[in-house]
Amino acid sequence: MLDKEGIAKRIAKEVKNGYYVNLGIGIPTLVANYIPKDLDVILQSENGLLGMGPFPFEGEEDPDLINAGKQTITTLPGSAFFDSAMSFGMIRARKVDLTILGAMEVSDTGDIANWKIPGKMVKGMGGAMDLVASAKNIIVAMQHVNKAGESKLLPKCTLPLTGVKCVKKIVTELAVLDVTDKGFRLLERAPGISVEQIKNATKGKLVVEGEIPEMKID
Amino acid sequence: MNKTVPGPEDAIKDIKDGMTLMLGGFGLCGIPENCITALVKKGVKGLTCISNNAGVDDFGIGLMLKQRQVKKMISSYVGENAEFERQLLSGELEVELIPQGTLATRCLASGYGMPAIFTPAGVGTEVAEGKEVRNFNGKEYLLEYAFDADFAIVKAWKGDTHGNLIYKETARNFNPMMAMGGKITIAEVEHLVPAGELDPDHIHTPGIYVHRIFQGKNYEKRIEQRTVRKK
Repeated sequence: MLDKEGIAKRIAKEVKNGYYVNLGIGIPTLVANYIPKDLDVILQSENGLLGMGPFPFEGEEDPDLINAGKQTITTLPGSAFFDSAMSFGMIRARKVDLTILGAMEVSDTGDIANWKIPGKMVKGMGGAMDLVASAKNIIVAMQHVNKAGESKLLPKCTLPLTGVKCVKKIVTELAVLDVTDKGFRLLERAPGISVEQIKNATKGKLVVEGEIPEMKID
Repeated sequence: MNKTVPGPEDAIKDIKDGMTLMLGGFGLCGIPENCITALVKKGVKGLTCISNNAGVDDFGIGLMLKQRQVKKMISSYVGENAEFERQLLSGELEVELIPQGTLATRCLASGYGMPAIFTPAGVGTEVAEGKEVRNFNGKEYLLEYAFDADFAIVKAWKGDTHGNLIYKETARNFNPMMAMGGKITIAEVEHLVPAGELDPDHIHTPGIYVHRIFQGKNYEKRIEQRTVRKK
């Protein structure tokens, strides 16, 4: 079974040279730590920055320089600032190659729910609805089951939707799966996890074809 | 074309109860601190505030919420504010949550003189309820209207007496399109210079969109999430 860092490491392997990438809050933010140094990748922060760098050194925090999670950050050489309209303009126009975000539920048709739990205080969708409605490629980082052991990979989401038919790939603590016309397709197992365990943890349609390899993460 | 006013009290003097305001900023970054303080002091009530966030309990729009000056918030994310939550749950405060890109682009549409936009954000979700859906090239889009705000209040880094504005880093965020979107736009800046001192090639918001400008004081620039690494 993968921990959060493990999920981030596995997702980092999906990032290709030359990609512009938008990372959501939570596990997706950790992905930045595992993108191989030899790749030329530029991170977009939807509050208005291309070329997001690491956190600043202590004492060098700049209140005017934050990411979409409102954390203090730095810029890398070749960065660009822009306003929020242009930021979502480049997202809508599919200039961003890969969007990585978290989810509470995903359906086997690629619907995603990640912004609202009825009965709980609603904080808002932020940029998530814009991102999922327009992204070229969406990878979701999520837990396969909830604390009660119930599947979060469902035939149909039970929570209010963030977007429909948009998720392409899912990485959980148990598995890597693609969303296809036939449902979730199992691609890889987490270390020590059996196909049977994944089947039991997946309530939506699951396609298992041939031998399923164990994922390789260093 | 001198648009300078002495300070925030003069800039907001004709903001009245029940008006709709756009307020720039993302989180606490790039918010018009001086005007918010002046609005709290003035005590105008029943305001509708269009702003990406609602501040925190003791800073930003949170200060106006505490004084019960806000009737309705139109935002994309309102997470970090206990007083906000209390007023929302008790029904004292109305909130309309809209996707961040939709919020930004509806402001932009106002400043571009366009009545509406089409966006795919929210298609198939509760955001789409009651909205016109149009299919373009096989993909569905929602019709979203431009905002109609009485005042826009923005914060810039530098400005000149003509109202030309330059923003700094990610403090730009919603400020440029809100500056364009208000019927009357108030800009507070950290550095106000005479017209002619800013390079025309570097202006982000042309002064035609700005009606009043002043140099702000005592910027606190609070950091919401201080994240650092060790040397």
